[in-house]
Order: sequence, then structure tokens, then C-alpha cells
Amino acid sequence: MFFWSLVLIAVGIFSSFIYGRSRIKLNSKKQGTKSKSLPNYYAQYVLMWCLFPALIVYFSWAIFQEQIIQNIVISNFEFIEGAAYNEGLLLAEIRNVANNPSFADGKSVEIINAASQYSSLRQISQIAFYLSIIIIMLLGALYASRKLKPEFHAQHTIERYIQYILIFCSSVAIFTTIGIVFSLIFESLRFFAEVSIFEFLFSTEWYPFIPIREGQTAAEGSFGAVPIFAGTFLVMVVAMCVAAPLGLLTAIYLAEYASQRVRKIVKPLLEILAGIPTIVYGFFAFVSVAPFVKAFGQSIGIDASPTSALAAGMVMGVMIIPFISSLSDDVINSVPQSLREGSFGIGANKAETIKKVILPAALPGIVGAFLLAISRAIGETMIVVVAAGTAPNLTGNPFENVTTVTVQIVVALIGDQEFDNPRTLSAFALGLVLFVITLFLNIIALQIVKRYRERYE
Amino acid sequence: MNNSVAKEKIVSLRKKRSLEDMRFKYYGFTAMCLSLAVLVFLLYTIFSKGYTAFQKTIVLLEVDYNQEVLKLTPDSSDEEMEKGKFFRVKKQAIENFFPDLSKSDIKLIKKLFSINLDNEIKDYFLENPEVINTKQQIWVTAHSDVDQLLKGNSRRDVPEDRRKLNDIQLSYVDQLVEENRVKQVFNNFFFTKADSRHPEIAGVAGSFMGSLFTLFTVFILSFPIAIGASVYLEEFAPKNRITELIEVNISNLAAVPSIVFGLLGLGVLLNVFGLPRSTPLVGGSVLALMTLPTIIIACRASLKAVPPSIKEGALAVGATKTQAVFHHVVPLALPGTLTGTIIGLAQALGETAPLIMIGMIAFIPNIPTGLTEPSAALPVQIYLWVESAERGFQEKSAAAIMVILIFLFMMNAIAVFLRNRFERKW
Repeated sequence: MFFWSLVLIAVGIFSSFIYGRSRIKLNSKKQGTKSKSLPNYYAQYVLMWCLFPALIVYFSWAIFQEQIIQNIVISNFEFIEGAAYNEGLLLAEIRNVANNPSFADGKSVEIINAASQYSSLRQISQIAFYLSIIIIMLLGALYASRKLKPEFHAQHTIERYIQYILIFCSSVAIFTTIGIVFSLIFESLRFFAEVSIFEFLFSTEWYPFIPIREGQTAAEGSFGAVPIFAGTFLVMVVAMCVAAPLGLLTAIYLAEYASQRVRKIVKPLLEILAGIPTIVYGFFAFVSVAPFVKAFGQSIGIDASPTSALAAGMVMGVMIIPFISSLSDDVINSVPQSLREGSFGIGANKAETIKKVILPAALPGIVGAFLLAISRAIGETMIVVVAAGTAPNLTGNPFENVTTVTVQIVVALIGDQEFDNPRTLSAFALGLVLFVITLFLNIIALQIVKRYRERYE
Repeated sequence: MNNSVAKEKIVSLRKKRSLEDMRFKYYGFTAMCLSLAVLVFLLYTIFSKGYTAFQKTIVLLEVDYNQEVLKLTPDSSDEEMEKGKFFRVKKQAIENFFPDLSKSDIKLIKKLFSINLDNEIKDYFLENPEVINTKQQIWVTAHSDVDQLLKGNSRRDVPEDRRKLNDIQLSYVDQLVEENRVKQVFNNFFFTKADSRHPEIAGVAGSFMGSLFTLFTVFILSFPIAIGASVYLEEFAPKNRITELIEVNISNLAAVPSIVFGLLGLGVLLNVFGLPRSTPLVGGSVLALMTLPTIIIACRASLKAVPPSIKEGALAVGATKTQAVFHHVVPLALPGTLTGTIIGLAQALGETAPLIMIGMIAFIPNIPTGLTEPSAALPVQIYLWVESAERGFQEKSAAAIMVILIFLFMMNAIAVFLRNRFERKW
């Protein structure tokens, strides 16, 4: 359906373009004056008045059609007294019967009726859809054609419209941010209505269970997120212990020691490392690193669990090596050459120059790079979901199972999502914390890097 | 005297210092090599775990297409053939798989074949209806447990109760190997089937199509919006607070964790707008919002690279600003913007967490055919298989990783090609 409607819209705008062009030529001939703009601009004017209303209809239909039909079908459904219904399952069943009539065998009369209503509503909706697209396009063309007079400045109007479109495009970023902030805050407020914010931030018990029966006391959930924050911190520290030295040393080697040829080979390879999807690192952690960590732990007498902070952290460290090395590389390269030459001039060798001159000069930039890397590590999801585990242990032992903010968000939202219990809503509260922390780190890091750049420009 | 001591000191100090220098250089070199070694090890792990998934084990089975058992006649219509009693033929074939089988043995032997056995027997018949009333030797897919055993992925020296196949089944498999009634062939199911609960008939076709549809949505949404936004910010935007706000916004959005975009999709697209769950439409929209900053930054860079003289030339001969930008600057920047978009798409292809949030993690056993149909995506499929306890899925997850890496590699190759072919140095 949607393909053919796109064809319809395409035909519509094409003919509106042709119509606009020939109409303005005709009009200006009739009046014997030259039009203020080239004929194509009038054509574009008609085209826009056809296209945008049609697109609005198209998208609103795409978004709301199924919803409205389902609501009608459900509201007309003859519920049998006393029987329990699950609305989602019921709808799925109705849809199935409507789509393949062969499924109708053995289904109740109510369902078959609802299915036939469903398919007839769909047909009506389709016809209405095509009709309304045609009508709206005709109306748009009609409105636009009234303006097709030689004295009308079509080009100015078109350029103004283009400006509006461009402004709309650039404000998508702002809408996205607003959407993120509002959805997080709105759902978090619902969460904090049931769980106090102090318990969430300072209590150390995380048992996100909800009572199954009314008044059940044994399974009262508690939502103290401290073990989760601690686990996130632990994994992040392990990751930085791997990534900071390796990334920084790689960057130093590439920037100061390596020949042009080595740089040309190694940089793309590091980019490959950066481009590998995180789930692949998760697989690597799960299949290779975690068993290794477990064996290693046993060999030194520590009982390591099959998923551990160490395994997840190490692999995450590998993931952010290219991130740190490319950022630090940039920073080191932007240290002015004169500083190096001055240092060589008083007899320092390369290592001394790097340690005593370049690194101190580049320090703010490197700190900024590390902060960005930390924010990456905190927000990383798939590695920890696969390799760190889900047990909220408050521990400093990297061989143990820990859990992180991102893991708990995934755990809370996998499977059935009922938006009326704190377990599901806790994901949004955790997401809010994650968003605020990463945003904060990012703003600080960008500020530091910016100041640093300004110093040497 | 004093002089020579001082000289010796200086020499030894210099030696020490140059040693220090060497050592520092080698630290750097080692760090670099270590990072690259991890890359090699990672790729090696994936390849060594995954290459076996491209083969499957098949077993030779003698099937008697007896017309009475099938309840068909040689001149049955196609529809009647569809409804033939193939499960009875299958039962008979398994009973006669080895001579003189007891009831319990038959049960064990049944578990050596894939769940798809009925379909394979039926499909063979539908393709060759003339075989009715004959005995046919056909190759059918083996069960994943047999497959894993013969590939050496599961071990036979562990105690019986920790093995999928018991001792009797093992002896049957050995007998099959001896009689050359099993062999390994190319695993076509891996590329033609969608996900399944049974590893031997699970494939990536469904999730691959899902990923394609998702990427299509991402492209349709993000490419025009990114071009519009970057043209505005680069060429038209007045220097004021709102513009600055937008710029800060874009650079901060680039650093927001992907899972938060998933929460956005869940909270707004699914709960407020009521878009269908688990569909490429929603997944693509979320990923488009996520990759938008990346693409905008790349587009702006390529717009910036077009020399101002081009625009000024157009303005000088009387073009309006809009004409100068859209007729001259944008076409010249187009290859660069396309390259940036492809890199953004590559990022979107590997993204898993936001798709999990909007429900693309559901078990979808069929291949999607549209944007609004529930479907899986490649990275989520990998996650599902990694998490699966079934042994046979591990090689599948590694093989699916190979598929996604090749896909990524091709996208990047196209980007590099575009850059080299069309990029102009001014």
C-alpha cells in the first residue's frame, strides 16, 4: 500500500510541476507581460503546495491507521462475560485470521466477526487514504494556481520556503534533545513517585522485584542503585587501566616516533578496531576473555565467576584504545613544533622532550580525551550485557560478577513491558542518571579541549 | 684526573639517557603492537569459531514414497499432494533406518534428524512427483547435536549425562560415518532462513533483511535532514544564540550513549506516537536520530571544503544566495556528504542497544518483507545467539559476525571509493 501511495504522490508532484509551468506561461502570454520569475519557480511553488500536504497525510496515516482500526475493532468486540482476555493476544489473533482466512478454522464466532470487521476497516481505510491524498494534492494545487500570475514573485517565496525547510532540518537536533530529556524526566518522575529519590541514589539494596499478588510482603522490591553505580565505576576503571596506557603510548609512538609509512598502515587498522560493532566485542569477551579470566583467577586461587568485571572491563578497554589514541594523537600533533625544537636545542633527547615538554603541554587535551573515553565506557552497553553479568554486587573485586547502569536498563526492558510498575520505570531513572553524567563529562571535556586549542592557535 | 672522571660520568649518563630513550620508544611500539595483536586475535577468534557454521551435516535416508502410506495416487493434484501424509513416510523411513530397531532405539534415532525432516521429505516429493511408489535415497539435514559432534565442537569424552547425545546415539553416528551415510555440505539454510529455536535450521536471512530495511529507513530520514541542517548551519545561519545552541546541541548529541536513544524511541515513538513495536521503521528512526550528528559533522566538513570563490563567482553573476548554494556548493560537496552518510550508516548497522529497547529483540522466525513488519536485525540476532545456551548457536553467532563485518567492510570500501573517485583537491 505504501509503495503505491508513494508512486501516486510522485505522479502527483510531477504533474503539478508540469501544470504550474504551462499555466504560468499561458497566463503571462494572456497578459502580455513577462513573469517576474522563471517559469520553473512557479512550477516549484505548485509542487511544494502539493507535496507537503500530501506528505503530512501520508505520515499521519502511516502512524495512526493501525491504532485507530485496532481501537474500533476492540471496542466493537463482543466480550463474553467472565472470560479473561489479553488485548494484545486477541488483536494478534484477529489480525492472523484476517490475513489468512485458513486460520479461521476452530476460532470463535466473535473472533471471526472481528476479523472480518478488521479487514473491511482496512479496505475502507485504504480507499480513504488514496482519496484523501488525491484530494489534498488537488486542493494544494488549486490554492497555488491562484497565485500563478506574472506579477507574483515566485522565486522569493520559494527561497523563503527553502529557508523554512532548512531551519526545520537543523532544529531536528534540538527536538531530539527535548524528546530525550522529556521522555527521561517524565517516566523518571513516575518512578520517583513510587520509590523515593534518596533510596534510589543512596541505598545499597537493588532487588527490582515487584509483588505479584496484592499485599505480598516477601517480594517487596527495593531500588537502591549504589551497587549498580559501583559496578559501572569498577568496569570503567578496569577499562581505563587498559585503554589509558595503551592508547596514550600508541598515540605517542605514532605521533613522535613512527615513520610516515607506519602511520599510514597503523592508523586505518586502528580505525577498524574503532569501527567494529560493540556486540562483536561482547562476543569476544564472552567466548575468549571471560574463560581466560576465570582460568587465570583459579590459577592464582581466586574464585572467579564466568562473567566478571575484569573480562568486560578489559575488552571495553580494547574498544576505547583507538578512541583515546586518535584523540591524543591530534592533541600531541597540535603542540607547536617550536616547543620540541627548543627542547632539542638544549640537548634533550626524544623521550625527555616527550615526557618533560610535550606531555605537560598537551595535558589538558589528553585529560579531555580521557574524559570523553570515560563517558564512552559508562554508556557502553553490549559488552557489559554479555560479559559482566546482572548480579548487583557491591564489591571492589574485579573477578566478581557486577552489573552496570546500562545492563540494568536492558534487563528492565527486555520482555514484557508494563509501564505501571517501578521495575520497568527504573530503566528511565537509570537512563536519566546515565544521560546527565555523560552529558556533564562531555561538556567538561569539550570545554577543556576548546581552551587547549585556543592556547596554541 | 678530575677531567676523566667527569667525562666518564657524562658518557655513562648519556648512555643511560639514550637507553631510556630507546626503552620509551619500545614502550610505545609494544603498546601499538599489543593493540593490533588484539585486533588480529579478535578476528582470528571469530573466524575459527565461525567458519564451521557455513557447513552443515546431512544424512542419507532411504524414503519409501508408497502411495498407500502417503494416501495419494500418481495422478493427484498439487493441492492433494500438499496434504499428503508425509509424516507417516518419515516415520517408516526412520524405523527402517537401521535393520532391526527396537522402539526405544527409534526414539533415539529420531533425534539425529533436524526438526525440518518432514518438510525436506515433502519438498523432495513435490519437486519430483514421479518418485511415487519408489524408494529414494535422499540427503536430509542432521540434528544440530550430530552436526556439532562431527564438526568437533562438542566433545565426546565427557560423561554421558553432560552430553546431548548418549552412548547409543554416538554408536549410531559412528556407524553412519563408517558407512559413508553422512557428509558435510554448504549450509544453504544459514543464508536462506530466518531465526529458529533449532540451530540446524537457523539462518541470518531474516535479520539481514531486517537490517537492510532499517538502514534504508536511516538513509531516507537522515540524509536529507543532515544535508538540510548542514547547509543551513554552514551557509545561511545568522551568528546568534539560537545557532550556537543548535551547534552545542549537535556536538553533545554525538556523545549521548546509544542506549539513551533507545529509551527515547521507547518513550516517544512507541508510547506516545504508538508506532508498531519491533519494526525497522521505528528502529531506523531511532538510529537515524542517533547517527544524525555524525552525518551532519561530516557534511559540514565537506561543505566547508568547497572554496568560497565558487559561491562568490555565482553571486557575482547575479545568482541569489539560495541559487549559489544549491546550484554550485552543494553539488560539489555531494560526494563528501555521501561518504559521511555511508560512514554514519556503518555505525548504525552495528548498533544493538537501541534496537533492543524498541523490541527488535523479539523472536521472529520469518523473513520480513516491509518496513512495518516485526523483524530482527543482524547485531541483535548475534546477541540472541551469543546468549543462547544451545551449543550450535555459538558458531552461528560467530558466522553472523563475519557477515556483519563483511557488510561493514563493503560499506567502508564504497565510502573510500567515492572519496577517491569524486573528491576534488582545490
